[in-house]
Amino acid sequence: MFKLKDVLNRSLLTPFNIIAGVIILIGLVITALRFFGGLATVTNLSDYNPWGLWIGFDLLCGVALAAGGYVTSAAVYIFGMKKYHSAVRPAILTGFLGYALVVLALSYDVGRPWRLPYPFVVQAGTTSVLFEVGACVLLYLLVLFVEFTPAASEWLGFRRARNLVVRLTMVLTILGVILSTLHQSSLGSLFLIAPSKLHPLWYSQYIPVFFFISSIVAGLSMVILEGSLTHRYFADKMDETHLREKEDVVFGFGKAASFVLAAYFAIKVFGITMDNNWHYLSTGYGAWFLVELLGFVALPCLLYSVGVRDRNIKLIKWTSALAVLGIMVNRFNVCLVAFNWHLPSSERYFPSWMEIGLSLFIVTVGVAAFKFIVTFMPILYEHPEYKTPHA
Amino acid sequence: MDFFTLQDFYTHTKGIAYILIVVTLIGMAAFWLYLTDHENDDGEFHF
Amino acid sequence: MSISRRGFLAWMGAAGITALSARAGATPRHFEGYPQSLCVLHDITLCIGCRSCEAGCNKVNELPAPAVPFTDLTVLDKKRRTNAKAYTVVNKFTSPGGNPIFVKNQCNHCLEPACASACFVRAFSKNGDGSVTYDSSVCVGCRYCMIACPFEIPTYEYDEPFTPRIMKCTLCHPRITKGLLPGCVEACPTEALSFGTREDMLKLARERINKYPGRYVDHIYGEHEMGGTNWLYLSGVPFRTLGMREDLGITPAPDLTSGALATVPMVAALWPALLTGIYAISKRREKMLSGDKQDAIAKAVAEANAKSQAALTAALDKAKKEKEDSVKKAVKAALEQSAQKTQAQ
Repeated sequence: MFKLKDVLNRSLLTPFNIIAGVIILIGLVITALRFFGGLATVTNLSDYNPWGLWIGFDLLCGVALAAGGYVTSAAVYIFGMKKYHSAVRPAILTGFLGYALVVLALSYDVGRPWRLPYPFVVQAGTTSVLFEVGACVLLYLLVLFVEFTPAASEWLGFRRARNLVVRLTMVLTILGVILSTLHQSSLGSLFLIAPSKLHPLWYSQYIPVFFFISSIVAGLSMVILEGSLTHRYFADKMDETHLREKEDVVFGFGKAASFVLAAYFAIKVFGITMDNNWHYLSTGYGAWFLVELLGFVALPCLLYSVGVRDRNIKLIKWTSALAVLGIMVNRFNVCLVAFNWHLPSSERYFPSWMEIGLSLFIVTVGVAAFKFIVTFMPILYEHPEYKTPHA
Repeated sequence: MDFFTLQDFYTHTKGIAYILIVVTLIGMAAFWLYLTDHENDDGEFHF
Repeated sequence: MSISRRGFLAWMGAAGITALSARAGATPRHFEGYPQSLCVLHDITLCIGCRSCEAGCNKVNELPAPAVPFTDLTVLDKKRRTNAKAYTVVNKFTSPGGNPIFVKNQCNHCLEPACASACFVRAFSKNGDGSVTYDSSVCVGCRYCMIACPFEIPTYEYDEPFTPRIMKCTLCHPRITKGLLPGCVEACPTEALSFGTREDMLKLARERINKYPGRYVDHIYGEHEMGGTNWLYLSGVPFRTLGMREDLGITPAPDLTSGALATVPMVAALWPALLTGIYAISKRREKMLSGDKQDAIAKAVAEANAKSQAALTAALDKAKKEKEDSVKKAVKAALEQSAQKTQAQ
């Protein structure tokens, strides 16, 4: 286990710390500009383009890529796949940090962030899909936080609190799956209200289903990807169980991801079928849609399956990166590329340097928090005083 | 109750629905805890 | 009119069935909107592009003075949209014959506003007088209303750091409540803008189309678009040539998302049972698997026990037999000895 004083004795000027420090510094400057000058000072948002990178990346991608939390805990606790148990805490941590950062990003994007609680305490716009997204994200953030506390409690020695939360595992897991189903799908449903603004190849009555199913792919892939990065940079903090079970996670989750991607491919095709939108495939946007469908859905599906059949860990890891990228491509397409496709190019949106800088800042904050927590708390190893017997 | 617009109708029905959703979730959780036996708890999660 | 008994019974039967089905909820929901709501009719053929409406709007709403004065008509050479300082703009288009056509653009005050449906703090209200108004005191600034509006009307004060608001036409709600005309309607020097109840404006529009069929396209824009609006338009050329979309459909905005939202309570209520069921199944399967394992162990133990038991019994029997044999031997030896003794005497 690692003590704080050990770390402080070492030099703080590691390459990671320097780069992260610079990014955070820039982020703080952008923060000041945004809050003292207004969104116009920092973003390229316009009346035609009210949602930009912060919604497209920080909210849509952020929520999708934090889905590993509910997927992993569902696999282990609901479906009883105990061999993936060591993947639960890292996935929950990623989920918790991911959702916390979504709230942070929203605080920059909305005009009056101090009013974010208003829909729940002042006046509820219950007809709004965004109301449901907000309620579920808020509740799920609480669930993730509670699910994360055992690790912190073990570190701090709060035995009673830790045991209480562990007894609630089943309830929290089920609640987590319910809330995730609802908000992952509803992030897609947000766009149902604008059929005249979203390209027909991406607008579908099935958007909520597309977003939900792809969030499962995102969760599975992120666990694999992040697991491989963790193994590379934090192997010294992983105990024997985690190292031993790692391979099972890669193969098991890779297999599942392959199958779900195949299903996702099928439902996307049905989406075109039901609206008879085949003719759009021969247009410019159609070509890009095919790139998304073939290069970022069909291809990872195939590569995952080859990796699983051939027991090729490296291939599966690279495929997980491709799949994660594919989820991002999809979210960007729905929110920024296919949205406002009807507008002339002079009115189209591209993020400003400061928007990109701030998104980078938020990710860096997340990575730094992850690094800190994984170093000091029993995420990648089991705390010796709380070791559970393994079957 | 008289509604002139669909918007008003949905605001009313969905408002009630959300309240009932919270009631349902809490109720189901409580009911599940009641149905399952937790007498022999030793503080660990048993699969 | 006389009616036969058979005919009478047939009518009663039909009426009864209709009444029953109505009570069973077979009739689809239909909302007519607020009765006597107020409305503007914009007759595009009468607009001269003087921008007096823009000036009037700016004045009554106390909006900031524009960079270029309203009397400057060169701005019409470029297409403009509403922005944070202008609730309405006039744009110029050219007819096939080469004549200029002017169109006023502003919030259409939909019967079922997309902005109101989308807003998660209910900052927008569809009022009884027909206007759709915005309440900046609850607005969080999420800008989802801007995503939702099919007419691309709401604008945002992006350069306001602490009090950014959505800006859009209010149908001069405070004025029309007092019986006054909206600022633009009052300022308009021609009859391009008419004001009255929606029913009256529709009637007026139909009358004009009927009276001058060669002058107008036979369509009242806003009658059905997005479920109908409280701002109607008449035009001499197809509306899509004037930047007005004809592909919006007639589905009111709330119905675009109500399907997806309707699944929320279903998931919330059913997922607990479904997921607990899966958990129970996986737990039972595990128990059975571990139960099978235990059975196999128990069986092996029992077999081993039985084996050792049999061996023990065999050993005991053997010992017993040996003992019996030795007793028999001893008895036999004793008998022989006593027989010998008797013989010797």
